[in-house]
Amino acid sequence: MEAFTTHTGRAVPLRRGNVDTDQIIPAHWLKKVTRDGFEDGLFEAWRKDPQFVLNQPQYAGASVLVAGRDFGTGSSREHAVWALQNYGFKAVLSSRFADIFRGNSLKNGLLTVVLPQEDIERLWALAETDPTAEVTVDLVGREVRAGGVSTAFELDEDARRRLLEGLDDISLTLLHEADIAAFEARRPAHKPSTAVA
Amino acid sequence: MGRTLAEKVWDDHVVRRAEGEPDLLFIDLHLLHEVTSPQAFDGLRMGGRPVRRLDLTIATEDHNTPTLDIDKPIADPVSRAQLETLRKNCAEFGVRLHPLGDVEQGVVHVVGPQLGLTQPGTTVVCGDSHTSTHGAFGALAFGIGTSQVEHVLATQTLPLAPFRTMAITVDGELPADVSAKDLILAVIARIGTGGGQGYVIEYRGEAIEKLSMEARMTVCNMSIEAGARAGMIAPDQTTFDYLRGRPHAPRDADWDEAVAYWRTLRTDDDAVYDHEVRLDASELAPFVTWGTNPGQGAPLSASVPDPASFEDAGERLAAEKALEYMGLEAGRPLREVTVDTVFVGSCTNGRIEDLRSAASVVEGRRIADSVRMLVVPGSVRVALQAVEEGLDKVFTAAGAEWRHAGCSMCLGMNPDQLAPGERSASTSNRNFEGRQGKGGRTHLVSPQVAAATAVLGRLASPADLSDVPTPVEA
Repeated sequence: MEAFTTHTGRAVPLRRGNVDTDQIIPAHWLKKVTRDGFEDGLFEAWRKDPQFVLNQPQYAGASVLVAGRDFGTGSSREHAVWALQNYGFKAVLSSRFADIFRGNSLKNGLLTVVLPQEDIERLWALAETDPTAEVTVDLVGREVRAGGVSTAFELDEDARRRLLEGLDDISLTLLHEADIAAFEARRPAHKPSTAVA
Repeated sequence: MGRTLAEKVWDDHVVRRAEGEPDLLFIDLHLLHEVTSPQAFDGLRMGGRPVRRLDLTIATEDHNTPTLDIDKPIADPVSRAQLETLRKNCAEFGVRLHPLGDVEQGVVHVVGPQLGLTQPGTTVVCGDSHTSTHGAFGALAFGIGTSQVEHVLATQTLPLAPFRTMAITVDGELPADVSAKDLILAVIARIGTGGGQGYVIEYRGEAIEKLSMEARMTVCNMSIEAGARAGMIAPDQTTFDYLRGRPHAPRDADWDEAVAYWRTLRTDDDAVYDHEVRLDASELAPFVTWGTNPGQGAPLSASVPDPASFEDAGERLAAEKALEYMGLEAGRPLREVTVDTVFVGSCTNGRIEDLRSAASVVEGRRIADSVRMLVVPGSVRVALQAVEEGLDKVFTAAGAEWRHAGCSMCLGMNPDQLAPGERSASTSNRNFEGRQGKGGRTHLVSPQVAAATAVLGRLASPADLSDVPTPVEA
């Protein structure tokens, strides 16, 4: 995974709550067997509307998505994270994320930041009045800076460390091979097995 | 202090606990399907890693599979390639696979329980959010992303952030015409699509204890629609009776040992939940959604709400956008909403009891001429059972289409889709924009409501059916 330390870019105000993963990447895109090439599927249905925020020229090239509450609800598809990244987003800001989406994002180096709704509203207003305004998402200092205002955010220390160092979760877990083997050795015999008798 | 059911199962699976790090949990059962696994197998290949526990891993084909002409090559080349990728990966790594055409094929969350693989006190994961279904057995079961699928394949463990506990207690008895689907839709409308965020929900109370295993699966299945990490129900005699004798259920001495353990999986009397919600089952009624998320629902007897009635600005805006997408106006009685398509199936309502419920409503009746009704069993085993009971004939005699098993129109990855503007009453789990096909409009309902709706051509419950099997113009 690519490390995330700090990112500065322009913001896209997505004034919608409950943005579900079917909107982020519709199911027909999930037939692909790669992790790339999903950028054209991002918000595919909404992008058919010329007024949709991503179609407005002033937001071209923006890399920080500022979204309404409950972003990423629904399906566990990691393709939603890949689509956002393939399109060019480095961070998503919302007052609440769905759990699976958040876990997926942090495993791929897409930083999802929880901010109070009033800060989201302030960033929406900023990005709408001045689309050239830059937003800095600083994982080292754990704060979002924009328009002369900085807001601290929380992220659990373990997830933060993994992101900052771009660590590979599987390699880290396999350091504990002895613990896994010991657990396996004491599992009860009645536990299910998929082996065909 | 006592512990909740979820905490007990969690504690029994901790491989490693260290200050400042998430617990590393052992995974008892890993279910795979074609959509969320290809990139995970690629990762294994790139890292030169094997599947650690083939004996705890099983795959089936469900999301892309056609429900017609399954003996012919799959028409969509992209779907075909994805299924072929799963077959190739399972062959290469040695994973047990039930492909299209196999007697054990079906929707992954129907297959696990019917094989007896889903057991109380286990941890179950799958790259699919509706893995919460398996919580009906008192398993801690949750959906994961593809990176985590790779992690489980390689290590049979997952590092997991702690959760909070929520009890949803349903007192009393469900009225006769109210099903588990109505119950869970009412719960989601009450707590919202984000209300369960960070929580493992435990459903309890008299009404839950009286539910069959299949009805409990319907309830737990939609926990994710409230944003919950998982949903669980304490195992009891109903659970044990369902499991006994299934192909992968414990046998002989193992069975006795297992049941003794399973009986300990109850929330202690002095345990404290982080949040509690109480509902009175007797107040529940047939429930339908009117909007574009599963929390936007109301009793069938209600009308489409006025967005202005929502106090929260975000909810008001969401309701406005939902009504616009759904082509509905505030104040219209839900019973007057006409539908084009009825879908009975999915991991929510594609089991034999669901098919029996729907069949009992359409038996001896004809569905409305204006309606297309698809009945898609959740698995081949469910289909075989239904045929043995003659349910397929009941459906086809009523004018419905009897299809092969799979996810089908729940998410339209196969050819079973809504056309733009087309409206469905669907027993599935998500009414998101475009979920069942671009521009399609979905009303989530129970199997009974789906069947009555098919007969009348408008949203209806069985109580609305007269003995005259002619459609009523709305």
